[in-house]
Amino acid sequence: MTTEEHTTPNYLAIFWWLLGLTIVEIAWAVLPHHSKLVLGGGIVAMAIIKAVLVALYFMHLKFERKTLGILFASTLILGMILVSVGIGEQVLPRP
Amino acid sequence: MDHADAMTFDPHAVEDETTTGIPHDKLGMWVFLCSEVMFFTGLIGSYIVLRFGSEWPDPKTQLNIWLTAGNTFILICSSVTMVKALEWIQRGDTRKMKLFMCLTLLGGSIFLGVQVFEYRHLLHEGFNPHVSLFGSTFYTMTGFHGFHVFCGVVCIAFCTGKAFLGKYTQQHHLGIETLGLYWHFVDLVWILLFAIVYLI
Repeated sequence: MTTEEHTTPNYLAIFWWLLGLTIVEIAWAVLPHHSKLVLGGGIVAMAIIKAVLVALYFMHLKFERKTLGILFASTLILGMILVSVGIGEQVLPRP
Repeated sequence: MDHADAMTFDPHAVEDETTTGIPHDKLGMWVFLCSEVMFFTGLIGSYIVLRFGSEWPDPKTQLNIWLTAGNTFILICSSVTMVKALEWIQRGDTRKMKLFMCLTLLGGSIFLGVQVFEYRHLLHEGFNPHVSLFGSTFYTMTGFHGFHVFCGVVCIAFCTGKAFLGKYTQQHHLGIETLGLYWHFVDLVWILLFAIVYLI
């Protein structure tokens, strides 16, 4: 099995990263911000880093065959297009 | 296939020789998870579009982010225990695998319990799905995620039972690996939902 061929990642290190990022995320949310873009951008960036850590190390995408990575990434790209179109419709000025 | 062949048929022997090199169960789970990505993307995308297009309250004034932060911590811990269960069965230690499966089951159950507590508290305060657009989207997104956690807890309970019956070995543990993928995905989705719904 492919997952048995790689060296085992340090799961506890990933856990501490996830915990640390969660604490920073909450602190970022609680602290006063002048701009909602800074608030939202910072939180979304940290959430994406955490999600990537879970996918790469806990779901072993980093060590799996590229086929699975391409499969998963393709749906993420489609998802991002969907969300971007929705946001664009709201943000961009209408003719 | 005659009767004698059927009696000695080993499904895992076939799984190890797939054309993709990935066991069918695992590939099937990944395809299912891709469909789940689209499902949650639809929900999150709708939430973002609605939020951009209308008046929105500050979630921190209506929701208890400290309680949910604790719940997030529990779900992350259960993800770690799940991956540790897989690690131990891959090393052939079934005793530690069973221990970590039980801890994962406990973590998932606590998460659900806290979510039920949160819902009861919010409903008691009058924050229900009918009160506002925020209420509708909040209960839809967290409710669907909660349903996924519930399904995961049921499957973990089933696999833990199988583990205690000695059904998993160092060679044959695809069920735990596949279930782990689902559980980590549920954790991953919650990480995004917590950020988008509770913190922003």
